[in-house]
Amino acid sequence: MPGKILAFAESKEGKFKNSAFEVVSEASKIASETGSELIVFAIGTVMEQEAKVLAKYGAVNFYYTDLNELNSKSAKQNFIYSPSAFAKAVSNFAKSMNASTILLSATSLGKDLAGRIAIQTDSTVFNDCVDIKTEGGKITASRPVFAGKSIVDIRTDSDKITLSLRPNVFKPHVGDNDKIEIHKVDVDSLGISDADFSSVVKEVVVSSEKLDVAEADRIVSGGRGLRGPENFKMIEELAAAIGGATGASRAVVDAGWRPHSEQVGQTGKTVSPSLYIACGISGAIQHLAGMSSAKCIVAINKDKDAPIFQIANYGIVGDVFEILPALTEEFKKVVSK
Amino acid sequence: MKIIVCVSLVPDSTTKVKIADTKKSIDESGVSFIINPYDEFAVEEALRLKEKNGGEVTAVSYGTDKSKEAIKKAFQMGADKGVFIKAADSNYDSFSTAKNLSDYLKSQNADIILFGKQSIDFDGMLIPSMVSELLNLPCISVVVKLDIENGKVIAEREIEGGKEIVESSMPIVIGAQKGINEPRYPNLKSIMAAKSKPIEEIPQTYSGNKVEITEMKLPPTKSSGKIFTNGKDDVSELVRLLREEAKVI
Ligand SMILES: Cc1cc2nc3c(=O)[nH]c(=O)nc-3n(C[C@H](O)[C@H](O)[C@H](O)COP(=O)(O)OP(=O)(O)OC[C@H]3O[C@@H](n4cnc5c(N)ncnc54)[C@H](O)[C@@H]3O)c2cc1C
Ligand SMILES: Nc1ncnc2c1ncn2[C@@H]1O[C@H](COP(=O)(O)O)[C@@H](O)[C@H]1O
Repeated sequence: MPGKILAFAESKEGKFKNSAFEVVSEASKIASETGSELIVFAIGTVMEQEAKVLAKYGAVNFYYTDLNELNSKSAKQNFIYSPSAFAKAVSNFAKSMNASTILLSATSLGKDLAGRIAIQTDSTVFNDCVDIKTEGGKITASRPVFAGKSIVDIRTDSDKITLSLRPNVFKPHVGDNDKIEIHKVDVDSLGISDADFSSVVKEVVVSSEKLDVAEADRIVSGGRGLRGPENFKMIEELAAAIGGATGASRAVVDAGWRPHSEQVGQTGKTVSPSLYIACGISGAIQHLAGMSSAKCIVAINKDKDAPIFQIANYGIVGDVFEILPALTEEFKKVVSK
Repeated sequence: MKIIVCVSLVPDSTTKVKIADTKKSIDESGVSFIINPYDEFAVEEALRLKEKNGGEVTAVSYGTDKSKEAIKKAFQMGADKGVFIKAADSNYDSFSTAKNLSDYLKSQNADIILFGKQSIDFDGMLIPSMVSELLNLPCISVVVKLDIENGKVIAEREIEGGKEIVESSMPIVIGAQKGINEPRYPNLKSIMAAKSKPIEEIPQTYSGNKVEITEMKLPPTKSSGKIFTNGKDDVSELVRLLREEAKVI
């Protein structure tokens, strides 16, 4: 009997993130392939009402710890998140349930926790997985390395494994399960003490209400071909027309035209949207490293030999100043339909 | 202030990856190696902390002999000391790296241990948090701003769509992200000075590798795309294809 599979379902302000559905769904698939039991764990507020939405992704047993109760273990006040306390809560819960596989999403929270959980549960850890397979009850994972220029298939002999899944890659599978048992986990059973709150998040500053490029399913990125910061309005309008996020090349971030949070590439964000539209971007290897795993890449560039066309699924050789407004209009027609 | 910065050596970011015949690693012939770009941010931050608070900066690297190059780069930027933990061979994983680093670090009583947020070879994003757990110290990963005042740390950590303001006690482990500072270029004087700085070499304390790469491959190649050349006139056809063929809209 293999150990249980634990899916950590990330939530924010009482709502599960989309990536939580991906993780629960993938964990449910692994559980059925290996004949093991799936348990879902979350730390948050108002979990009881929300938990039901996880049933259709295969969750039958849902456990949660109330965030406010967890935080009350600290003498500090008014904080939002403590990495050590979260890591310990997940780890100790996993141990108490005999979970041997832990899945989280490779979000900024998940990546922050994965290494800590691996040390606490004595498991082998792989961040940012893009594929998971089970063979003879054993899990193998694939993950991009060298900023996506290569992919490795990896396995481990260790009997415990912690995996974080790159958001947007695993598509949640909706099944017909609608029964879910909800269990509240008593904070006292998790062994958390004031010492686990040596670092705490006091405040979250939202840089914009815009969708973050790392989380978006559609991205429109602009590069030096846009000629100046004022012309990024065209990028924003195109992104708005398809409900996507805006991205940028490093050249325009370094020039101060766009914030660093939008930079896609080796020293920016790695993204895997369904649609990536690169406008006035040459396609330097460091840029490609961040977006080559997009499902569909569209390039718009006036230079027919620009390297971006080599990885594009579709492209138009032409001037962004002409094409972008036309494209925005065309998208508006079909998307509103 | 006792400041330690952990540095690693990685293939240059312009490297075109070729897979070795074993299909388990990259073909390193012709590849040039550099200090991990994120580690330059960590070294720069270490030097600024020293300039402000006094103390010394030690650069530490675990790996095979060529890892010493990363320490030399830290010397050129201005690090005072270098410690090289020699791995018996290149067969190690994130855990053994974290374990060897923390075995060394635990006797050092540093006030702050800086890392890059991620190495650009295996993109593990693990060592800072693993080391912090092994040392039982707080860790702030992906830091874009760091302030230390009277033994208290206030840092900004980058997250999706914004940043977290994190407060912490010292000693602390930090993972440096682009934006935290602008790394300095070594000048001739510091490059000369670096040549005479000795690197202390110590043996590894732990060996083991629980991770097996069964295959390394290139990402699936895209079948050659449909590239149009009539500019604006192709826009409606492009949108049609995105809807009907690619089905992404
Ligand atoms: C260590 C390192 C890390 C790096 N990390 C990153 C990273 O994370 N992300 C990143 O993006 N880069 C990164 N780079 C930089 C990268 O090498 C390139 O310099 C950068 O991506 C170029 O940006 P660009 O495509 O906007 O500009 P350019 O290369 O200047 O390309 C501009 C393109 O716009 C086209 N163009 C111009 N005018 C028009 C027009 N009117 N209509 C249509 N097309 C037009 C041109 O044909 C050209 O192809 C990194 C570099 C290094 C050394
Ligand atoms: N072999 C090593 N020796 C010293 N520091 C390392 C080593 N490998 C990784 N690091 C540090 O850990 C950071 C994150 O690496 P990783 O977790 O592998 O992505 C790097 O930016 C370095 O600061």
